[in-house]
Amino acid sequence: MPSTFDTVANIISETCDIPRDTIKAESHAINDLGIDSLDFLDIAFAIDKAFGIKMPLEQWTQEVNDGKATTEQYFQLNNLCTRIDELVAAKGA
Amino acid sequence: MRLEYFQLIDRIVDLDLAQQTIQTEARVPTASTIFEGHFPGYPLMPGVLLIEAMAQTSGWLVIAVTKFSRMPFFAALKEAKLRSFVSPGQSLSLSAKLLHEGSGYAVTKADIRCDGKLTCNAEITFRLVEFPNPEFRANMEKMAAILEFPMGTLAHG
Repeated sequence: MPSTFDTVANIISETCDIPRDTIKAESHAINDLGIDSLDFLDIAFAIDKAFGIKMPLEQWTQEVNDGKATTEQYFQLNNLCTRIDELVAAKGA
Repeated sequence: MRLEYFQLIDRIVDLDLAQQTIQTEARVPTASTIFEGHFPGYPLMPGVLLIEAMAQTSGWLVIAVTKFSRMPFFAALKEAKLRSFVSPGQSLSLSAKLLHEGSGYAVTKADIRCDGKLTCNAEITFRLVEFPNPEFRANMEKMAAILEFPMGTLAHG
């Protein structure tokens, strides 16, 4: 079974036509990979579907806009994968 | 349809919140300045307007599913297929199904049929945002009434 990171990296690679080997765990989806908000909707749809979750993007965006969180907390891929794992765990709880 | 007001559907025929589907209907006007240019002597309903009709149908479904708490704005279109010509005066049956309601976005699958025949279809993505202001929302509620949007079903959905 692929890791959360492998699944997310494959989704990003396929959705945004970014070479898979350039996508690292420490990559920032926006700052390093240049993914814009519209492309991120496609990625979010694919992630939601793949993991059977609903990533709380509105809440995350609000927290960033309010200065309560940094974009790294949600959009650096290793952190994003941790959030996904938490959502999957919460779903099964 | 009132093309000059960008109203591409006439009536909501059915809204099923359990199945997350909607059906609407529309009649292409017999005359419009649009047909003078598209095309002279051979009037055709522009494909981009058929896509907008699918987006409006989908949009009302999203508004229903989110219980009038969010406004869906057209963000992306995928796999759009325009399968046959649509002429002035034709009646359209439109339907949409919600594929996914994400946080701040929604994805639908929509199609249009003429005389039972699949005419066009697409997958549409919307950004969902709060209504920009009370007037905007009031106008949407006014349009909902014109389209016979079943407000009562929201309370029971």
